[in-house]
Amino acid sequence: MLSTPALNYNLLAPILIVLGGALLGVLVEGFVARAYRARLQIIIALLTVATAFGWVISIRAAVSQTAAIDSVSTDAAGTFLQGTILVLAFVALLFFTQNDHFAPQASALPGSSEEKEATLSGVQMTEIYPLVLFAISGMLLFPVAHDLITLFVALEVLSIPLYIITGLARRRRLLSQEAALKYFLLGAYSSAFFLFGGAFLYGFSGSLSLGTIRTAAQTPGANHIFLFLGLIFVSVGLLFKVGAVPFHSWTPDVYQGAPTPVTGFMAACTKVAAFGAMFRIFVVAFGAIQSDWRPVFVAIATVTMAGGAIAAISQRDVKRTLAYSSITHAGFLLSGVIALSQIGLTSMLFYLVAYGFATIGAFGIVTLVRDSTGEVNDLNRWAGLAKKSPLVATAFSLFLLSFGGVPLTAGFIAKFSIFTAAYDSGNIAIVVVGVLSSAIALFFYLRVILIMFFKEPTDETVTVAVPSFMVSAGIGICFIATLVLGVYPDLVFNLLRLPTLLVP
Amino acid sequence: MNLLTLTILLPLVGVLALAIAPRENTKNIKLIALGSSVITLISSLLMLTKYKFGVQGFQLVSSHSWFKVFNINYAVGIDGLALVLILLTTVLVPIVVVGGWNEAENGRWSVKTFYILILVLETFMVAVFAATDVFLFYVIFEAMLVPVYFLIGGFGRGDRGAAALKFLLYSLFGGLLMLAAVIGIFVISVHQGHASFDVTQLSHLKISHNTQDWLFLGFFIAFAIKAPLFPFHTWLPAAARSATPGTSILVLGVLDKVGTYGMIRFCLALFPEATKTFAPYIIVLALISIIYGAFLAIGQKDLNSLIAFTSISHFGFIVLGIFALTSQGITGASLYMVNHGFSTAALFLVGGWMIERRNSTQVADFGGLQRITPVMAWSFFIAGLSALALPGLSSFVSEFLVLLGTFTRYPAAAVVGTLGIILAALYVLILVQRALHGPLQEGNEDTPDLNLREKIAIAPVIVALVVLGFYPKPAIHTINPMTSQVLSQVHVSDPTPLAGK
Repeated sequence: MLSTPALNYNLLAPILIVLGGALLGVLVEGFVARAYRARLQIIIALLTVATAFGWVISIRAAVSQTAAIDSVSTDAAGTFLQGTILVLAFVALLFFTQNDHFAPQASALPGSSEEKEATLSGVQMTEIYPLVLFAISGMLLFPVAHDLITLFVALEVLSIPLYIITGLARRRRLLSQEAALKYFLLGAYSSAFFLFGGAFLYGFSGSLSLGTIRTAAQTPGANHIFLFLGLIFVSVGLLFKVGAVPFHSWTPDVYQGAPTPVTGFMAACTKVAAFGAMFRIFVVAFGAIQSDWRPVFVAIATVTMAGGAIAAISQRDVKRTLAYSSITHAGFLLSGVIALSQIGLTSMLFYLVAYGFATIGAFGIVTLVRDSTGEVNDLNRWAGLAKKSPLVATAFSLFLLSFGGVPLTAGFIAKFSIFTAAYDSGNIAIVVVGVLSSAIALFFYLRVILIMFFKEPTDETVTVAVPSFMVSAGIGICFIATLVLGVYPDLVFNLLRLPTLLVP
Repeated sequence: MNLLTLTILLPLVGVLALAIAPRENTKNIKLIALGSSVITLISSLLMLTKYKFGVQGFQLVSSHSWFKVFNINYAVGIDGLALVLILLTTVLVPIVVVGGWNEAENGRWSVKTFYILILVLETFMVAVFAATDVFLFYVIFEAMLVPVYFLIGGFGRGDRGAAALKFLLYSLFGGLLMLAAVIGIFVISVHQGHASFDVTQLSHLKISHNTQDWLFLGFFIAFAIKAPLFPFHTWLPAAARSATPGTSILVLGVLDKVGTYGMIRFCLALFPEATKTFAPYIIVLALISIIYGAFLAIGQKDLNSLIAFTSISHFGFIVLGIFALTSQGITGASLYMVNHGFSTAALFLVGGWMIERRNSTQVADFGGLQRITPVMAWSFFIAGLSALALPGLSSFVSEFLVLLGTFTRYPAAAVVGTLGIILAALYVLILVQRALHGPLQEGNEDTPDLNLREKIAIAPVIVALVVLGFYPKPAIHTINPMTSQVLSQVHVSDPTPLAGK
């Protein structure tokens, strides 16, 4: 008799809840009148994310269990990452509520009369909410996936909705569509690389499970050529997702072209999911052969840190600047992965939280700075912003200082702990390059602060839109989190003081 | 609550009061700022009653766990050096508030913002000297840059934005190097079995020679930028030209002392071997600072730059004294930090008033003020005399001790250093002659003399200069235990006197 395996639905529930919410959203699109859709979709999305978060809290105690026949492992690190993604997604969704970021009708050609008509009707696409929920469900699965097929499915589920919503900006439609196409093509290639690598690893070990791959790698006398090929291709797929040099070239274009609330969501949550998955894969599957891949990753991390910082200096567009800064941060985060230690993991997790809040907050503020034609991303036109709106300028400065790692912000604690992990694992080169890139990065963060505070406003200076309650709440949460975690980091670290964070 | 912690937190109470005060009533705001800084001063003076003089080690200690994963504590405590520097801070802040009563009026932002920044800065300045946890020290060391950045950029004159940015970038760059070194020494403590950031425990670590050298450099460059020592000084003249007099007093008088204080507290105490390796080279840099700063001061036409360059020369003396590694040298350098604080305060205060009256920073524009405004001119003259270390004024004692301490180990360096005194006489007397004497410049005829508020502000500074000049014993007595402790940590003793050889 064939017995069905236990799936352990309890542990999968957060992912299923979000998927359910997404499907509900699809139904709403079909059956609810347009006038009510936007409001209903927002409520569904926020409630779904909040419920899933509640569930994650409740299964925190059930750590170190596996579900769905060992293809998902719910451990402390996994639930922490899921919780982080849900919190960040919740805050990011608050910025989606402004009703003029998304195209009224994505299928209308840019500049066509059809589009004008749709714009005049004052609607915007509400499909964006179910799409975001689908992406979130993929993100929730990615860092807890324990075999290559599940990883690949999660990767695709999180990526495909992002490709679509990247192309949905209401203004500068061509730029947005170009970004979406670029993101889609490069993303598809990188997924193919990932799949290809998975095939090699299967060929090497005869299994898709990360644990079995490790066991096979430890077997003395094994021919490692397929293992290394698999490692290389899987890494390419992952490094693309986190935007590490030399797989970063999509980042500035996509960040610039995507609707700004989407950029914030994507920049923060994708990184959390991808770094979570990356750490798990490298510890569990490739931990035994770390001496082989570590030097390469040290090189990638250093090039990423320095490259992002240097390229950011000459940027004049605030979204591109933030994109290059996110590349630098990917380099810092990689040094946590390379440390492969408990402290490396802990610091990386904290870094993701700190970086996530600052990123969403910063992009949230970008949505507010406008002129009559929409958002203004040209930094020169931000001159004297502090005079117009001291609160917005102060909040943006705090996020920038946190990116730069100035003490009493969460970013400083993050940077300190991740450098400590790198130094502890003997990678002093990373610490030195990291410190130097931080110095370069600081230059352009401070330049933005200088422009906002110390430059006289010109005629061209922009206005700051009055934020709605939702948007103010979003910025407020990010602001407080950045400050509180900088002063009292134990709030997060206490959650991570466990003997085992990650199921091997 | 621990009296030291109370002193750290009191200015923040003032900040809260300012935050709720209406921004229109500027007089009220200034009074709140003054009151809060005076209460802080009283609290810091009360510490004198609890402090046991002549005893080594930290006192009034207090420690609370802050960040458990890395065993980071809010740990504060003071020894003689920290005590005198904290007192310098708490004395100077009310003087800055009274002396620069009107300097915040023409800023980019409200008067309220100015005083909030000043009081936040005071909290940081007291805390930075009190911190005995290296991480805590680092956090404050970096965080205190932010209020200064906004003080220079928001309330200064001229190209203030650029000056503020230059100041911040230099300091943050040094800070990042120090961060790498802080992480390094922490990881070593982890590997040696006891994770700690406590400065006393860290001083017991066994660190290999090579590692010591690198970690030492990480700390030293950060402090040399802060101090500022040649060739890391280029941010200072720009900052001094742009900052308001009050900000300049706090930056040069107190903030820069964090650099020289850090050299004693961290470079010497944590890395004794590296200290001995690098001491000769650092002494050369110190001598270059002394001579170079003095020569450039002679050539300056801008009053604020001139004072800034004299400070570079004086910081050369302080660093010289520290790295001579003798008891007179370190005691002298420590005392010099306090004296330089007062003499710079006097120069910037009176200089600021002259600039305010004349609306020009050019030395040549002040000619003939001696006859019109005798009190202001005499105050400036006394401040200048203290800068050139005239016997009877406080700087003389410390400069003499530094040179004496240097002579016993590096006679040649002491001889070169003495040249600095001669050059000091030159730049001060030329300045006084150009600015105060000579024919009356057009437009100076109706310059008003110091008013009562200004007299009240300058009087305590001049009293301090004279008292510390004639009776420096209590200060030296306070500093001495720290000196002998540091020297024993570096494992050096004073060289036998050359006399009788």
